[in-house]
Amino acid sequence: MKKFKVLGSGCRNCEITANVIAQAAKEAGVEIELEKVTDMAAILGYGVMSTPGVVLDERVVHTGSIPGPDQVRTWVND
Amino acid sequence: MFESLADVVAFRLLGLDPGSHLGAAVQFFLLDVTKIFALLVLVIYVMGLLRALLSPERVRLFVRGRPHWQARGMAVTLGAITPFCSCSSVPLFIGFVEAGIPLGVTFSFLIASPMINEVAAVILVGVLGLKLAGLYVAVGLVVAWFGGIAMQAFRPERWVEDYVWKIRMGEAATIEPDTSLWGRHRYALAEVKAIVGRIWRWVLIGIAVGALFHGFVPTGWVTAHLGGHAWYTVPAAVLIGIPLYSNATGIIPVAEAMLGKGVAVGTTLALMMSVAALSLPEMLILRKVIRWQALALFAGILAIAFTLVGWAFNLMA
Repeated sequence: MKKFKVLGSGCRNCEITANVIAQAAKEAGVEIELEKVTDMAAILGYGVMSTPGVVLDERVVHTGSIPGPDQVRTWVND
Repeated sequence: MFESLADVVAFRLLGLDPGSHLGAAVQFFLLDVTKIFALLVLVIYVMGLLRALLSPERVRLFVRGRPHWQARGMAVTLGAITPFCSCSSVPLFIGFVEAGIPLGVTFSFLIASPMINEVAAVILVGVLGLKLAGLYVAVGLVVAWFGGIAMQAFRPERWVEDYVWKIRMGEAATIEPDTSLWGRHRYALAEVKAIVGRIWRWVLIGIAVGALFHGFVPTGWVTAHLGGHAWYTVPAAVLIGIPLYSNATGIIPVAEAMLGKGVAVGTTLALMMSVAALSLPEMLILRKVIRWQALALFAGILAIAFTLVGWAFNLMA
């Protein structure tokens, strides 16, 4: 099962990012694990300074903005 | 083009009298909404295509380990061309501290970043002309440079929250960009959506304030009270600007209306910088990493710098 983490200190864009990923997974019928990381030390631990960031299976795949729908679909599907 | 469009809508379609307060305000509003938003979309899209927008992660890598003056020069320049959301101030601050970048340099970055960005610079040129745009950018860079040096003189390290020093940053996440034309196009579109989505409210509020000022504040009153002869107008403008916050782009239409009515250039510049660079929400966010003493000092130094700049320009005019 794919493991997603959304990095961000509770800003609105981080919420939206988490929702976009959850929605895409639901539409694709893929089961995923989704965790919101709000701890600053943990976020910086991933080398991310601009939030929201997205971590997929412990690899940072996106930073600094709400990811586009195409991008999210690729993460969920392959 | 935008001018005649605004004229047609305001005076023909809505049937307003060009000489009336409301007519002038509505025409200003329509003109600036179409012009500024068209410029915004265009500029952000082109910057996105060129991938000219830098991420703070890259800035950190550039600046770390450089000698002071070089680091500050880069922080100021990169701050000016990196549009970053104030919601990222905290990780940015910690990331810089962790990289061993001096606090004074970080403050230079934090001053330059909200005050100047290339998007606002292009719109400044479009709305206020090349001369004023150049003036604003140059003054912003100088204030950022010396503001950071002044902060450093007070040894702000003692006010940084303890936990900040303990955080260790992981290998900086650099995501390989998709540099094909299609990839650039998609990235540029996403940037337009993200940045316009973030700042459109500020821009709209700014245009509305500018339109009201343009339509309803009498020129005679402005020249009598804000024409630059009274010394206290500049510090007053700075003080008014501190609690008010707007994005750097949002303050442009307000400045346009003020200058159009004859408010002195120095007073206008002081207000613009104070509104864009100093804000309570930003301070509250930074409070998570640094104590009040440092924030008060930061606000104080900037307020003094903006006042001096305002006075200097009013004297020269």
